[in-house]
Amino acid sequence: MTEKTVHIRYYAILREQRGIEAERLVTRAATPAELYEELRVRHGFTLAGDRVRAALNDEFTGPGTELREGDRIVFIPPIAGG
Amino acid sequence: MSHQPMFEISSTPIDIAALSSELHRGRAGACVTFEGWVRDSNEGRPVTALEYEAYIPLAEKEGLRIVSEAMEKYPVLAVVCTHRTGVLAVGDLAVWIGVISQHRSAAFDACRYVIDEAKARLPIWKRERYADGSSEWINCATRGGSASAKP
Repeated sequence: MTEKTVHIRYYAILREQRGIEAERLVTRAATPAELYEELRVRHGFTLAGDRVRAALNDEFTGPGTELREGDRIVFIPPIAGG
Repeated sequence: MSHQPMFEISSTPIDIAALSSELHRGRAGACVTFEGWVRDSNEGRPVTALEYEAYIPLAEKEGLRIVSEAMEKYPVLAVVCTHRTGVLAVGDLAVWIGVISQHRSAAFDACRYVIDEAKARLPIWKRERYADGSSEWINCATRGGSASAKP
């Protein structure tokens, strides 16, 4: 469980609930799923982890992908385009 | 004459004339277009405006993948699609899709494919503003609903 620094950008309901658009975070989370859970507990996000997808470095990724130092991560709430 | 698939996210009103000019005539015998408009109600609640927010770098990549897929799956000559962001009023144009093909059937099918996939896959969010002053992120309610977009 090594620490790494990641860059998080928030959109839509997560941006509003977090109160900022982006942050740099030092975390021990190994995967997007673990990181989302850490953030959900800390900031009181209302969406459960299974309703949020993740993108790493501007591509969709799975919840179990290994996070790496310097990754740019976005959590994607349920979408509603069109 | 060959066409590149084209997809854009736009923070300003969609210029239909400019997009139409991408759909060169001549070889095409059919042009199918789709316009997505802001409706004045949703599930019985009066809507006064919509706010679209996009994760632009990924939405542009995914949008281009969708229009490229449409060009591979159907015998069409060109596909263009633009999706708005920002605050839109009732009746405003939120999405415009144009497809040209030699024969009409492929253009209808490809146009339908693009709007269906766009709604299911683009990382874009919609906040509805209601007549009573409240607003809500669509599909993001805490209880009920699923993570996938409605059809």
